[in-house]
Amino acid sequence: MKAYDLIVVGGGPAGLAAAIEAKKDGVDKILVLERDRELGGILQQCIHNGFGLHIFKEELTGPEYAERFIDELKELGIEYRLDTMVLDINEDRILHVISKAEGFVTLEAKAVILAMGCRERTRGALAIPGFRPAGVFTAGTAQRYLNMEGYMVGKKVLILGSGDIGLIMARRLTLEGAKVLGCVELMPFSGGLTRNIVQCLNDYDIPLMLSHTVTDIQGKYRVKGATVMKVDENRRPIPGTEIQFDVDTLLLSVGLIPENELAKGAGVQLDMRTRGAIVNESMETSVPGIFACGNVLHVHDLVDWVTDESRRAGKFAAKFIAKSEWIEEASIETVPGQGIGYIVPQRVRPSQVDQVLELFMRVRDIYVGQTVVVRVDGKEVQAKRRGHMAPGEMERVKLPVSLFDGSGVKKITVDVEDR
Amino acid sequence: MEERKMICISCPIGCRLTVTEENGEYVITGNQCKRGEVYGKKEMTNPTRVVPTTVKIRGARLRRLPVKTHIPLAKPLIFEAMKLINEVEVEAPVKVGDVVIENILDTGVNIVATRSMERTE
Ligand SMILES: Cc1cc2nc3c(=O)[nH]c(=O)nc-3n(C[C@H](O)[C@H](O)[C@H](O)COP(=O)(O)OP(=O)(O)OC[C@H]3O[C@@H](n4cnc5c(N)ncnc54)[C@H](O)[C@@H]3O)c2cc1C
Ligand code: SF4
Repeated sequence: MKAYDLIVVGGGPAGLAAAIEAKKDGVDKILVLERDRELGGILQQCIHNGFGLHIFKEELTGPEYAERFIDELKELGIEYRLDTMVLDINEDRILHVISKAEGFVTLEAKAVILAMGCRERTRGALAIPGFRPAGVFTAGTAQRYLNMEGYMVGKKVLILGSGDIGLIMARRLTLEGAKVLGCVELMPFSGGLTRNIVQCLNDYDIPLMLSHTVTDIQGKYRVKGATVMKVDENRRPIPGTEIQFDVDTLLLSVGLIPENELAKGAGVQLDMRTRGAIVNESMETSVPGIFACGNVLHVHDLVDWVTDESRRAGKFAAKFIAKSEWIEEASIETVPGQGIGYIVPQRVRPSQVDQVLELFMRVRDIYVGQTVVVRVDGKEVQAKRRGHMAPGEMERVKLPVSLFDGSGVKKITVDVEDR
Repeated sequence: MEERKMICISCPIGCRLTVTEENGEYVITGNQCKRGEVYGKKEMTNPTRVVPTTVKIRGARLRRLPVKTHIPLAKPLIFEAMKLINEVEVEAPVKVGDVVIENILDTGVNIVATRSMERTE
């Protein structure tokens, strides 16, 4: 059995940043495993600009952002394998891996970083009635076909869901000559970044139909049309509001799900809210020596935060490897209160926080001019007014460690309040 | 006095800007940084966009090479530029930053590759 200090599963921006950081922190034998033909993950198909403003102070496209990290990985001489799929991991950090080149192999590592990213929710998960004609794609699959393989997916397109991938694809297909007739969103607000609504829909006069859904798809072999209906507050279609669209293609942009089969197999505890692992401030999961970062932990809309988070995972994995003993210290729980969907990290050990703790969270609804209030064991320690918050945009709260490093602290709670 | 509301797209924060005209000058409020002011003024006078798209590539593993305008292009010219971009076919290998079309439509804007691609055949 071949042994490594650190094995990183997934060669997207999360895996790349984690491996690079660990190497810089002195970890010697690192291996990155990627099931695709190349490194870079989802970024290779995200050819639009909008990446890197925080990390590089310039606006890059997905492939440009990825290439900087791929170059650095190679310069540092970090070992990686492509076309290699990790099948399972156990709590002793033994991995079963398969590839054409080497067949079935067993590997062992002192620490493992999970960076498998997300997959898209599919039509099956949504149960739209009707036949299963050609012409229904998840937005990400269509993106890969168009941007990498060079296939146009259709001429008259309707998009269900207003997540970022759907918005980006609305513009992309329009530029390539397709007619995008609308973007249909079940919720009363969009799940994507506001800037994408402006530059992808408004710029090209593509209507955004909020509180609407697709109730029927016509066509037996190829999509011939789709029926859209308005929904009530309980998200049930309202009879009599049918609108008929003459389209040959339906794109689904209905959310991403962290890809956590491997984590489950290793006995890692998951958070029902994020669908990712429960981690502490060091990105360590409930299984010692197994870390998680990037979209596999929680769905990110900004790759810059993925990079930050993954560097932290790499740094602490290096610490874990260097030390035979790991600090067992009571941790504080972070609790999403009123208006907050989830918080990452879920656990905090104050002694491991370098001056300021960053909490990442998503709000449940659109809030204008509301206050984000942080309490430590019920006592208010911070209150900040925010102009505009939306579920599609991740919020960050920064807490100096002095606010919560007293003895016996149990809980940090965050609420959205109208003050 | 004319007032226009818009969203700054210069970064993902997406500040909500209000643009008012005062004595022929545009005054921007609601921006969190200097770039919002620049964007607001530009949007009123000459709106521009970075255009990311792809061109055909031969001799690489993939059939499309991602490219972009190296600086933002005037919005009304986007579709005309797309026509020219779609006529181009490049040959691998390519380095990130390589110019694929120089000075498109006489705008001073170049179309550049946004990734490197090796030759595979
Ligand atoms: C369409 C779209 C548009 C976006 N737009 C922006 C934007 O404008 N600006 C911005 O900053 N961010 C944007 N993002 C977000 C950003 O791209 C992601 O947050 C980031 O790519 C996540 O990185 P990751 O490494 O966690 O996941 P990924 O990039 O998905 O990488 C995970 C990798 O793990 C590999 N893998 C998975 N399972 C296994 C296994 N069992 N064995 C081996 N390998 C495995 C996968 O093949 C993949 O390469 C966008 C995302 C999408 C999808
Ligand atoms: S004003 Fe500045 S901070 Fe606000 S969206 Fe524009 S660039 Fe971003």
